[in-house]
Amino acid sequence: MAILIPLAFSFGLDATQALVLMTSVYYGAMYGGRISSILLNIPGDEPALMTTLDGYPMAKQGRAADALVLSGVASFVGALLATIGLMLMAPILAKVAYLFGPPEYFALYLLAFCTLGGVSAKNQAKAAIASMIGLGIAMIGLDNQTGMPRLTFGDLHLMDGIDFLVAIVGLFAVTEIFVFIESHGKESAIGVKLGKIKVPFKDIAHSFFAMLRSTVIGFVAGVLPGAGASLGSFLAYMSEKSIARDKDTFGTGNPRGVAAPEAGNNAAAGGALVPMLTLGVPGSGTTAVLLALLLTLNITPGPLLFDERPEVVWGLIAALLIANFVLLIMNVPLVRLFVKILSVPAWLLLPGITMISFAGIYSLSGSSFDLLLMTAFGLLGYFMRKLDVPTVPIILGILLGKNMEDSLRRAMVISDGDWTYLFSSGISIGLWIAAVAGFIAPMFLRNLLRKPTRPQS
Amino acid sequence: MLTNDSPGPERPGKFLARRSDRIFGAIMIAIALFYIWSASQTQVSFLSDPVGSKTFPYIVGAVSILCALIFILRPDPDPPWPRLATSAKIAFAVVVLIGFAVSLEPLGFIIPAAVASSLISYQISPKPFNAMAAGVGLSVVLFAIFRYALGLGLAPFGRALVG
Repeated sequence: MAILIPLAFSFGLDATQALVLMTSVYYGAMYGGRISSILLNIPGDEPALMTTLDGYPMAKQGRAADALVLSGVASFVGALLATIGLMLMAPILAKVAYLFGPPEYFALYLLAFCTLGGVSAKNQAKAAIASMIGLGIAMIGLDNQTGMPRLTFGDLHLMDGIDFLVAIVGLFAVTEIFVFIESHGKESAIGVKLGKIKVPFKDIAHSFFAMLRSTVIGFVAGVLPGAGASLGSFLAYMSEKSIARDKDTFGTGNPRGVAAPEAGNNAAAGGALVPMLTLGVPGSGTTAVLLALLLTLNITPGPLLFDERPEVVWGLIAALLIANFVLLIMNVPLVRLFVKILSVPAWLLLPGITMISFAGIYSLSGSSFDLLLMTAFGLLGYFMRKLDVPTVPIILGILLGKNMEDSLRRAMVISDGDWTYLFSSGISIGLWIAAVAGFIAPMFLRNLLRKPTRPQS
Repeated sequence: MLTNDSPGPERPGKFLARRSDRIFGAIMIAIALFYIWSASQTQVSFLSDPVGSKTFPYIVGAVSILCALIFILRPDPDPPWPRLATSAKIAFAVVVLIGFAVSLEPLGFIIPAAVASSLISYQISPKPFNAMAAGVGLSVVLFAIFRYALGLGLAPFGRALVG
């Protein structure tokens, strides 16, 4: 969750600067996740898990530098094409979004929770309760419609509700401290040596079409609300493996097994921005953080954003395009520098992350109460992680809860309490079906969707 | 609750096997009931809509209870819980963070940050010199970055120290 670090640094910047910083880091994190996957066999973030499968074996064969450069190029191809896809698709979807009324939005929010829970979790009930925890927290504070305090237990601090940034930083950054204290020593893999860096033209040429196919798959997976980059990299890898003539070399250091998931997850990162910008529904945990930042800057994503604040939309897209080229330059010649950063010792890194989180939240709200709340979220996140309850639905619930409730209540005001109004349009029926299917189908596809385990260190 | 000194494979057949999910389910049911009760105490405005302020929290509470019942009836295998010493370390880190949170206002950033990051660093790697250096270095460097490069309103020393 690298995107959290600049979150703290962005508080002092103006809206455009903060947005450019965040989007650059958003793409940067997707690029960067693979470095530790390849060198240490530890995925830098969840989507990078698939990159360990062939990346680490390649590195063990002494081809670490090739794997890094190849995956850098694959990331570039995936992200660049996805950004172009975003430019083409977002304005169209923004037009469609004008057809969305309260019942369609309600169904869309439901779809986001269902697909996120259905695809990412091992246990649907645990994903569902995580969404409920988030939605439940979102209800705390003044009721939007009546202005009456709700679930505040008479506490003045809770009148404004619980800030989603407090929850995000707590659940991701603070949780990491506890997890690290516990797991210290166990998660250390022996790193591989980085050889001389040169561009492996042969591998790039061989896997070029794999990159293109994976980009398409990743982009589509990213556009689906709730599915996100992990699904993109997973599907890209699996489909590349299934059409390959040399299936059995996948998992033993096949360059296409490195290129496919990287192109897939970067394309998904671009795709996830489509529903986020046009409908205000984030496609993944990282886009949820990006949405939180936009809301903090008083920018509300949705179809109106394209007409009213075109400079924000196109500024963001321009930032993505520039970030892409900068990242390619940084990731190919400068990869050695990043490998150095990987060796910052944990006893310095984790206290540093803690201090940045606390100082960032404190300078935003100036309230010790928020810091205590953030610590509590950190502890909650630790227990959730232990019990295998996903935390991203909690964030999504806190972010979308009020909107989801408002759309339900507005729909009922329009229909004067007639619940069948929720299923009255073709779009909403389609979304309801997709939501139910997105939640139930993975139960039956579980064996098919099982994530492969990391190679032995 | 945190500790389970034999984090090995679960022992099926024992009544208490898979208790983590069961305990979690029971706690969630208690919280959800309390949540529903709190929602029922919400003051209703005369300007109400057909759904009202209470329905959505009721739905949230009801679905939570349903999920929690599933955990109790069909629990997953227990995760490996940390040993007592590790749990104590985590608990200590929580105390440090709470202390940091409440001392930031009266004492300012630099001293609480130095103490808190030293203590956390020491929990991760018990080398006193490294921990002290990490604490002092981080607090000064980060303060300088936050204050002078980003212009965030952090006080170096709080009212209790400067007056």
